[in-house]
Amino acid sequence: MSETIYTAAAIGIAAIMTYLVRGLPYMMFGGKKGLPTIVLYLGSVLPPAIMIILVVYCLRSIELSVSPYGLPEIISVALVAILQFWRKNLFLSIFMGTACYMILIRTVFA
Amino acid sequence: MKSLRYTLKLCVPVMASYIFVGLAYGMMMNKAGYSPLWTFFSSTFIYAGSMQIVLISLLAAGTPLYTIAIMTLFINARHIFYGIGFVEEFKKIGGWRYPLMALTMTDETYSVLCSAQYPEGMDRHKIMLYVQVFCYLLWILASTSGALLGEVLRFNMEGIEFTATAFFVTVVVSQWQTAESHLPAITGLLSAVLFFFLFGADKFILPALSVSVVVLIIHKDRIMIKREALENV
Repeated sequence: MSETIYTAAAIGIAAIMTYLVRGLPYMMFGGKKGLPTIVLYLGSVLPPAIMIILVVYCLRSIELSVSPYGLPEIISVALVAILQFWRKNLFLSIFMGTACYMILIRTVFA
Repeated sequence: MKSLRYTLKLCVPVMASYIFVGLAYGMMMNKAGYSPLWTFFSSTFIYAGSMQIVLISLLAAGTPLYTIAIMTLFINARHIFYGIGFVEEFKKIGGWRYPLMALTMTDETYSVLCSAQYPEGMDRHKIMLYVQVFCYLLWILASTSGALLGEVLRFNMEGIEFTATAFFVTVVVSQWQTAESHLPAITGLLSAVLFFFLFGADKFILPALSVSVVVLIIHKDRIMIKREALENV
C-alpha cells in the first residue's frame, strides 16, 4: 500500500469511528430508547484510565536502562504535573514543560 | 451580530487551548514529515485533538488500520457521554444543523455549552450552533497554521513532540483533581505499565485498554457506590 493511500485510509477510518461515537447517543435515543447503563458507566470512567495509558504511550520509547535513563522526560513530566496541580493553567503547563524538555535535550543531556 | 458577539465571549475560556494545542499539533505533523494538507484533512474530518495527536505516532509506526479503528473507539469513547445531554435540545433544531452540531461536539464545546447562560431575547439554538461552528473552524485554522508555520520556521524543532506528552499529563492531572474515584486512573496506569513490560513498547496499548475496561466493569459497583456516597454529602 502506498504511503499516501495508507495515510488517507487511516485518517478516514479515524474520522468514521469518531462520527460513530459522537453520533451513537443521537441514534440510540432516536428510537426513544436509552443507552444501556454499562455504556453510560464506561463513558464516564474510561477517560481517566485512557488518558494515563496515553501518557505511557507517549513515553514508550524512552530507555530506562541506558543513559540518560529517561531523565529529560521524567523531569519535564514532573514539571508539567506540578504546574498543572498548582496553577491549573493548560497553556503555562504545556509551554513550560515542552520548553524544559527542549532545553534539557540540548544542554544537560545533549 | 449580537449572538455572534455573545458566542465569542462564551468561547474565550477555550480559545487559548484550541489555538495553542492546534498550533502545536500542526507543528508536530510537520516535524513527522506530513504536508500541511494532511493536517488540514485530519482536523477537518477527525476533529478530535487527542486522537489526532496519537494518530501521528500510529501512522509513523505503520499501525494496521483495524488497530487504528479500535484505538479511535477507545480514545473517543467519552464523546458518547457528551451527546447524551444534548439529544433532546439538538433534536428540536433539526435539519442540516442537527447532524452538524452532534458531530462537532468536543471536550471544550461540551464544557462551553453546559455552562452557558442564555440571556433573554437571544436565540439559544443559534448561539449553540455558532459555538460549535466557531470552535470547529478555529481548530482547523490553528492546526493548519501550525503546520504552515512549521514549514517556514528555521528553528530546530527537536523535542516539540513533547507537547503531546505534556498535553495528556495536564488532562490526567485535571481529571485526577475532579474525579470522585481514582480507581479508573490507577487501573489505567497499572495495566499500561504491566503490559509495557510484558509485551514491549509497540504492543502494549490494546491489551492495556482492554484489561482496563474489564477491571472497571468488575469494580462497577464499588465505583458507583463511592459516587453515590459523594453525591449525598
